[in-house]
Amino acid sequence: MPKREDIKKILLIGSGPIIIGQACEFDYSGTQACKALRELGYQVILVNSNPATIMTDPEMADVTYIEPLTAEVLEMIIQKQKPDALLPTMGGQTALNLAVELAEAGVLERYGVELIGASLKAIKKAEDRDLFKEAMERIGLEVPRSVAVSSMEEGLKAIEYVQFPAILRPAFTLGGTGGAVAYNMEEYRELLEKALKLSPVSQVLVEESVLGWKEYELEVMRDCNDNVVIICSIENFDPMGVHTGDSITVAPAQTLTDKEYQRMRDAAIAVIREIGVDTGGSNIQFALNPEDGRMVVIEMNPRVSRSSALASKATGFPIAKIAAKLAVGLSLDEIPNDITRETPASFEPTIDYVVTKIPRFAFEKFPEADPTLTTQMKSVGEVMSIGRTFKESLQKALRSLEIDSYGFEERTEEEELIREKLKTPNAERLWYIAQAIRVGMTIEEIHELTWIDPWFLNNIKEIVEFEEKIKSEFNPDKPDESLLRKAKSWGFSDHRIAELTGTSEDRVRQIRKSLGMRAVYKMVDTCAAEFEAYTPYLYSTYESPIYRIGSQRDANMVECESGPTDRKKIVILGSGPNRIGQGIEFDYCCVHAVFALRELGYETIMVNCNPETVSTDYDTADRLYFEPLTIEDVMNIVELEKPEGVIVQFGGQTPLKLAVPLERQGVRILGTPPDAIDRAEDRKRFKELLHKLGLKQPESGTAMSTDEAIKVAKQIGYPVMVRPSYVLGGRAMEIVYDEDSLVDYMLRAVKASPEHPVLIDKYLVNATEVDVDAVSDGETVVIGGVMEHIEEAGIHSGDSACSIPPYSLKPEVVEEIKRQARALARELGVVGLMNVQFAVKQEEEDFEVYILEVNPRASRTIPYVSKAVGVPLAKVAAKVMVGKKLRELGLTEDPSINHVAVKEAVFPFDKFPGVDTILGPEMKSTGEVMGIDLDFGIAYSKAEASAKNQIPMKGKVFISVRDEDKPAVVEIARTFLQYGLEIVATRGTARFLKEHGLKVEETNKLKEGRPNVVDLIKNKEINFIINTIENARARKDSFYIRHSALQYRVPYTTTISGARAVARALKGLKTSSLTIKSLQEYHNN
Amino acid sequence: MKKALLVLQDGLVFEGEAFGADGEVIGEVVFNTSMTGYQEILTDPSYKGQIVTMTYTEMGNYGINQEDIESAGGPKVEGFVVKEYIPYYSNWRAVGSLSDYLKRHGIVGISGIDTRALTRHIRNYGAQMGIISTVETDPEKLYEKIKDHPGIGGVDLVKYVTTKEEFKWSETVWTWSGKKKDSTKITADDQKQYHVIVYDFGVKFSILRNLASAGFDITVVPASTPAEEVLERNPDGILFSNGPGDPEAVVYGIENARKLIGRKPIFGICLGHQILGLALGGRTYKLKFGHHGGNHPVMDLKTGRVEITSQNHNYCVDVKGLGDKVRLTHRNLYDGTEEGMEHVELPLFSVQHHPEAGPGPNDARGIFMRFRELIHKCN
Repeated sequence: MPKREDIKKILLIGSGPIIIGQACEFDYSGTQACKALRELGYQVILVNSNPATIMTDPEMADVTYIEPLTAEVLEMIIQKQKPDALLPTMGGQTALNLAVELAEAGVLERYGVELIGASLKAIKKAEDRDLFKEAMERIGLEVPRSVAVSSMEEGLKAIEYVQFPAILRPAFTLGGTGGAVAYNMEEYRELLEKALKLSPVSQVLVEESVLGWKEYELEVMRDCNDNVVIICSIENFDPMGVHTGDSITVAPAQTLTDKEYQRMRDAAIAVIREIGVDTGGSNIQFALNPEDGRMVVIEMNPRVSRSSALASKATGFPIAKIAAKLAVGLSLDEIPNDITRETPASFEPTIDYVVTKIPRFAFEKFPEADPTLTTQMKSVGEVMSIGRTFKESLQKALRSLEIDSYGFEERTEEEELIREKLKTPNAERLWYIAQAIRVGMTIEEIHELTWIDPWFLNNIKEIVEFEEKIKSEFNPDKPDESLLRKAKSWGFSDHRIAELTGTSEDRVRQIRKSLGMRAVYKMVDTCAAEFEAYTPYLYSTYESPIYRIGSQRDANMVECESGPTDRKKIVILGSGPNRIGQGIEFDYCCVHAVFALRELGYETIMVNCNPETVSTDYDTADRLYFEPLTIEDVMNIVELEKPEGVIVQFGGQTPLKLAVPLERQGVRILGTPPDAIDRAEDRKRFKELLHKLGLKQPESGTAMSTDEAIKVAKQIGYPVMVRPSYVLGGRAMEIVYDEDSLVDYMLRAVKASPEHPVLIDKYLVNATEVDVDAVSDGETVVIGGVMEHIEEAGIHSGDSACSIPPYSLKPEVVEEIKRQARALARELGVVGLMNVQFAVKQEEEDFEVYILEVNPRASRTIPYVSKAVGVPLAKVAAKVMVGKKLRELGLTEDPSINHVAVKEAVFPFDKFPGVDTILGPEMKSTGEVMGIDLDFGIAYSKAEASAKNQIPMKGKVFISVRDEDKPAVVEIARTFLQYGLEIVATRGTARFLKEHGLKVEETNKLKEGRPNVVDLIKNKEINFIINTIENARARKDSFYIRHSALQYRVPYTTTISGARAVARALKGLKTSSLTIKSLQEYHNN
Repeated sequence: MKKALLVLQDGLVFEGEAFGADGEVIGEVVFNTSMTGYQEILTDPSYKGQIVTMTYTEMGNYGINQEDIESAGGPKVEGFVVKEYIPYYSNWRAVGSLSDYLKRHGIVGISGIDTRALTRHIRNYGAQMGIISTVETDPEKLYEKIKDHPGIGGVDLVKYVTTKEEFKWSETVWTWSGKKKDSTKITADDQKQYHVIVYDFGVKFSILRNLASAGFDITVVPASTPAEEVLERNPDGILFSNGPGDPEAVVYGIENARKLIGRKPIFGICLGHQILGLALGGRTYKLKFGHHGGNHPVMDLKTGRVEITSQNHNYCVDVKGLGDKVRLTHRNLYDGTEEGMEHVELPLFSVQHHPEAGPGPNDARGIFMRFRELIHKCN
């Protein structure tokens, strides 16, 4: 059927900020959908609150709104834009839930907006457990025994039928949030209560546990002619019990016979038809009893998902793009397969390699969190790797993770500990499996502890045994070619081989080269080479040589399909797996580098291993190498492609770490020279730099021991900021106020990083932190944006909200900051981007500017600044890096704006019960949102709404602050009262406020009797919480307040500056009304 | 591991390791793109005369079981080429390893081959003869043995795989549910058991299972059974089965078909389809490297629906060449090749692909019911 002509304008909803369970994959799908729909001639109206996305680039859609994803705002947009249709399946659970809300509120009907892709009925049937279960029974498929309950009483009855162990799954939550396993009654009651609260509809599925069963996923697509195809089968390495987002997964399915696979395929087709997803993609999960093959359906997502992004990257079949086209009436056979060009999309990809995905965790950021992997997702990112065999693919995935692992490194020899690590699913289980084999445990024993399929375990066993062989038989002086080839074909890194044989990685590389053993590249082509492929989407492998009769056998004669061109080309190194501190923002920058360089006529070559991203869409760069970002893997590509240069400054720390090693190998690093990076990172050199420019930094010192630390701290004066050297993202960084805390810290920190000294900086109390992003061509420096943080210095810049333009700094301060930034850029010879963090102490008329950090590279804030000021800084920087001048690009003035753009950070605390929400120098946020308006207060309120931290418009505000914040909180409280809110406070705060003539209700602290603040929170009597603390003891004492706030979803702030901004937002909202405006409107006039 | 060599007729040499029986075999080298179903592929009689390369890289994963076979007496392929052989299988139905199975049945297997390079070579230069040896280590000598090989075109391979004796068949399609095997029966309205005679040119058990599930009483007869004998039995319908090699070489099959067309409702699959095409006075031609896999989209031109099909053929019928006599019913959306036809007057239809799956998707399975309906209409 041709595309629909009765719709012209389509509304697309993004997934909002990056959170655990919803990451870059929805930028990838949304971007694909935008492109696909516009290619077909439709007008696209896009809404997303996340500025760090490619989809919110003003060029991607006809109208782009960076606004809160709430029904209220969506209705305003619908009213203004009058779209014909809403496509809700591209923005994850967020978009789906919003679509349901809008449909049920009658908004869609009122404005004549049609839901395309998935109907309301289909969404409900897939998401409501009861309806889903009934639907499955209708088509003769089994589901685990289960009962949906809405109360404790129902739950207690249900468990009699379901029996222990039972899984609790709250309905309509993100990433399986709140899912848990109960083994006994006591645990069950506790978990059920929590689950009921977590479900927005107070519904929980109590379900028969299929823990330990084999887990599979199928990615299915259906078109309007009822043609259904399976894009990819995925087998989970971790059996049922670990959330699929936290599981290591492998494609295609490995241990199913064709009969079992076809049975699953038939079931998947029946499911998508029964649920009634008319067009588009769905993900269907199955569990299989390994004892007898009994198959049950676990769940279905009637939309594109993290798994569909993975499946798209794993097969070369772009699910989101095709789904968008199906949604507007095209059928699969009418859409060509981009890769083969001549064949249609109505087929099932077949692959001739193995794909492994490993999740990346961030438990080091949340030491209080339970690191056990459960049905609640905890990972923050993932890597994918491709190899010809599982072993190769697995080992490539290990080194893609960037956790300093290059293979199956040894772990403890202690068998008890190993057993424990096997039994409880955890992020490091993979390495403990290898270790268990090393210490002599059998596959049967390991299987019994882990329930991981012996097929996977045996593969690891082969790797471990081969390690022994390498150790004992490989002699670097007399290298055995066939042994080395086998090692490489099994995915062993040069690094690991070096480790095993006691030599250097460089030496292994030399040996390999001398034997003519080079990585070759094979294509991901959707069809296992049955047809010619035109899209250079490549992965490396070490294959066996082929030769012709009559010619000499030659190790070099291995087929390589990369076919480098002789165009002028540039390699862009991506940012690897998402993690806290390095996420989508850097992928955004890399993608912009690709766009910019392509505009200049360069061939662009992307190297990355993160399957969630836009950068790893084969449509983005001219050539895509889906590879780990290690020196070995990158050098292999560079030696083959011979690019003019490599860009390392856009992908965050990952490629930056490679700058010096690459340069050492003679690779040209584009833009700012690596030496400048070193000058900015090396403490001593940095000090010299600032000294030369006459700039200030907080007093500092280093200490090798606790005694030394005490001495240094005394000299500088408390409070001090302490951290181990060369640790990034604020890891293990803390502010200590006294000697006791310092000693305590030293004991922990030195353990964390023994070879490095501890750095001690003066902590500037009550200083305002300011971030600057600039672009420089070596001569001209343009300040893209000056961001004034809402939270004071000392809170990690990634975790603070901030505003462009500054909302409280005096113009002369801003000018001074700009002057210093320019001086730094010039002195460092920055070519490209640079970020500087300042701290400003303002006292009356005087002010002092301190430099905290300089990073001559793309920063996390680049997309936000670019969207705020309407200048694509990353793109400009990429052009500058290949020799363009800012003048040529028409950018010589610092951009200035009439509106205010506020960035707010989004935290994963609700996934880590037990973790305190107090902010500090260690970064903890996973994503960000932006609020934009002409008024600061409203812009801030939009940002807070997007971060699900609603500004209270009525009701009670609870205040409990430390002594030094008490004077400041008076004005804030007054504002709340002025606009009709009431104040509740704990005794000390209450007394202080009363003394200043404010009307305050007093309440008890937890230990002071009932009713106390927790009762108020539980009774939903509190609409906002302001809680600041003094020191570690106060922190512990008041933890319950913040914990309750989180649990009962009461908006809160833990800083006085945050509270001040909230008051301003309230004032803004009360004195004017919320309006919407598109980016195009902001920037095009 | 014992070394093994694969040498192609055009002189390309692949070194690998032996994982099946010892020996030396010659066959036409083709590739199959199915990711699952190696046991079905090995036992599919249509592969007689061919060395099969699997494009998926991990083979042996789920071992060998007792049920997933497409013919009696073990593998029919001449040789088996894989990237990686996995000796440790894992599946609850497995009774042994792939390697042992190949060894027991004397089938040579070679692993450690860059199967993607081999596939690309076949795709670019066409299917060709090859030799695998685990005994001869000199590629030159192996090359000598095949460089002038005439190939398998024009050779009747059916005679090696057809049944010697006629037999009855009753096993239906089954699925596994828990520990028990559930047979699936398509319930027909009329409940009648029609008698079908199956010409066995190398019939796959999955065809017979599907016929049984569709409610047929099945008699399988040798490929050379004279038409008259078949007519004497007065069956309700006749099925021309799949089978190996060049259809033109199955002269007796074409002869018999000529005599039977119009006399009884006829259904042809794969080689059966080709034989019917030839019997109707048409021609067949050889594809460059054939279709072997489980992901080819075929459009049912009657319904406009796309079916993902199991494919295994090297030859095609020139359906258009048959003129007005037949209607094209199925088209392959990959390369536009003709995948099915029906006679405009006579009760006859046939398909090139494998509606019985085994291995592959079940999308096209409904066609067995179409056969039933055809018979029903004729009665």
